[in-house]
Amino acid sequence: MPDTIVSIRNVTKAFPGGVTAVDNVSLDIAQNEFFALLGPSGCGKTTLLRMISGLETPTSGQIIIGGEDMALTPPNRRPTNMVFQSYAVFPHMTVEQNVAYGLKVTGVPADETARRVAEALEMVKLTALAARKPDQMSGGQRQRVALARALVKRPKVLLLDEPLSALDAKLRDDMRMELTRLQETVGITFIIVTHDQDEALSMASRIAVMDKGAVQQVATPAELYEHPRNRFVADFIGKVNLIEARVLRQIGRKLDCEARGLGRLELVNDGLVGAQIAVAVRPEKLKISETEPGAGIRVRGKVSALAYYGDTSHVVIETADGLNLSVNVQNDRRSGAGAMERGQSVWAHWAPEDSIVLTE
Amino acid sequence: MAAQLKPGQGPLDYGSRTWLKLLFAAIFFVLYAPIVTLVAFSFNTDKRGVVWRGFTFDNYTKAWNNDALIEALTNSLVIAFIATIFATILGALAALLLWRFRFPFKGAYEGFMALPIVIPEICMGVALLLFFVSAGMMEFSVHMPWPLNLGNIIFAHVTFCFPFVAVVVRSRLVGFNRQLEEASKDLGASEWQTFWSIIVPYMKPGLIAGALLAFTLSLDDFVITFFTSGPETVTFPVKVYSLVRRGVSPEINAASTVLIVITVIATVIAMKLQAPPKSDRG
Repeated sequence: MPDTIVSIRNVTKAFPGGVTAVDNVSLDIAQNEFFALLGPSGCGKTTLLRMISGLETPTSGQIIIGGEDMALTPPNRRPTNMVFQSYAVFPHMTVEQNVAYGLKVTGVPADETARRVAEALEMVKLTALAARKPDQMSGGQRQRVALARALVKRPKVLLLDEPLSALDAKLRDDMRMELTRLQETVGITFIIVTHDQDEALSMASRIAVMDKGAVQQVATPAELYEHPRNRFVADFIGKVNLIEARVLRQIGRKLDCEARGLGRLELVNDGLVGAQIAVAVRPEKLKISETEPGAGIRVRGKVSALAYYGDTSHVVIETADGLNLSVNVQNDRRSGAGAMERGQSVWAHWAPEDSIVLTE
Repeated sequence: MAAQLKPGQGPLDYGSRTWLKLLFAAIFFVLYAPIVTLVAFSFNTDKRGVVWRGFTFDNYTKAWNNDALIEALTNSLVIAFIATIFATILGALAALLLWRFRFPFKGAYEGFMALPIVIPEICMGVALLLFFVSAGMMEFSVHMPWPLNLGNIIFAHVTFCFPFVAVVVRSRLVGFNRQLEEASKDLGASEWQTFWSIIVPYMKPGLIAGALLAFTLSLDDFVITFFTSGPETVTFPVKVYSLVRRGVSPEINAASTVLIVITVIATVIAMKLQAPPKSDRG
C-alpha cells in the first residue's frame, strides 16, 4: 500500500447529552485515494469528516495528517479543505472573490493569487462566470465554485460532505464523472461522505461502511459487494436475500445446513459447525426456471410481485414457507420476462458458491 | 347553470367591496389629514396660520433665519448622529452575543435588554434624570462646552435606541448559514478575518436598518430628552413644544415638514434594507 496520508487512531466523539457519534474508529487512508465514508444518516460519517477538517474535536484518539498529529491544529491551519453540503459559497462575493478568498486571507501575493484562481476556474469550467454572484447561479455551478475554492488551496486532502445530494439526478451523474476526473487530474486524496451506495461504489477506490458510529468494513467496492463481512454491510450495499440458517455438520469442503424456508442445503465453507449463520445471495445471482433444475440450491415458489424496468425485471418469489426471494432477471431476449405472470409457480435456483456465508 | 359571481362577492375579493373602500378611505383621512394640513400650512402666507391666504416659501426662510430654532435642530442632529453610532455598535455586539453564545440566564438577559423598548418613556425619563442628578453628571455636563454638554442626552438616547438595533440585527443573524463561517475558517481565515469578511457583510443590511431606526427614534424623541436636558440645551422637539405654547407659527410648520421629510426618507431606506433578499444562502 502507498504512503498513508490520513491516519485515524481510536477516535471517539461523544456529544454532551450522551450521544456517541463516532465510537473508537481507526482508519488509514492512502495518498491519492478516492476514499468514501458510507453509511445511513446518523452513523457518524459526517462527524468523522468534520473531525478530520478540525471543525469538530475528538473526545479521544488521534488524527494524523501527513505524519503530523492534528490535535492542536485549528481548522484554518490544517492541510485539508472541505466542500460543504450546502456549498457555503459566500453570497456577497463574486465567483472570483470566492475562489480567491482562501489565498487572500493567508497572504498569498496578488499576482500568484490571480494566476491560481484563473487555473482553478479553468479546471471547473467556470472562467466565463467569474464575475457572477452566487444567487445568479444554479446549484451545480455553485458546487463547482465550492470545489474550485477548496482546490485552489492545494490541500493534501479534499473533504467532500454529501457533495451530490442537493443536485438533481441528471446533474448528479455528470458531477460524479467530473469528480472522478478531477481527482485523477489534481492527484490529491479525496474523502467523500455519502449515504448513497451507488455514489460510493461508482466513484471510490475504497469504502468504509459505517453504522452506529463504528466502521463495519473497509474494502474496495467489488469486495464489499461480493464479500461483505456482516449482515449490515450485505444489506446496506446493494439488494440481498438474507436467509437465516444453522450449520449441522461438515462434509469435506462443504457445510450441511438447515435453512429457514429452504430446508437442507450445502454451502462451500469451513468450520462453523453448530453456528447460526445467514446465507446471503444477491438477486442477480438467482435464476428462475419453470421446470426443476438439476443442480444447485433450489426452491419452489410463486411469483408474488413483478416489476418491469426495461433492461431487467425484478421478481419476488414466495415459497410455501413464506420466504420471499428477490430475483433480478436480465431481459436479454426480446421475448423475455413478459412471459412470467403473477401467481405463476416457478423454481428459483442458484449455485452454492454464489451464496455468502455471514456469521455476524 | 353555475351562478355568476359579481365583482366583490368572491371569498377573498375584499378589495372591490364599496363599504370597505369607504372605511379604508375614512381611516386614511383621519390618520393623515393632520400631517397633510401641517405640511400644507407651512406654505401659507397667513401669519397666524389659521386661514389659507396664499402660497409662499417665506416660512422656510424665516425658520432658517431663526437662530434658536436652528440651534435646536443642530443639537438634535448632532445628538441623533452620535447616539446612532454608539447604539449601533452596542446593539450589534448585543445581537452577536445573543446569537453566538450560550450562557447562564441568557433568557433573562435577553428580556432585560429589551426592557427599554417596552418601559413607558416617562419612567425612563424620570429614572435617567434621577441617575444623572445623583451621579453628578447633570451639574458636570452643564458647564461643558458644546457639544459635550449634550452628553447626558446622548447617553439617554443610546440607552433606549440600542435595543432596537439589537433586535433588528439579531433577526438578520437568524438566517445566517453557519457553514459559511466554517468554510471561511476551513479556507485558512482566522476568527477575526472571518468576523470582518463574512459575518459583518452579512449583518450589514441589519446594521444600516438598525442605525436608521435609532437615528429617527433619537431625532424626534421628546419625553426622555425633556427630562434629561439641562436648562441651556434645547433639542428640536423640545423647542417646538415651547414655541407652540406661545401660539403656532407657520415657521414651526416649515421646520416640522423638514423633520418629517428626514424621518420618512430614513424609514423608507431602513425598510428597503430589512426586506428579505431573494437568496441569502451560499
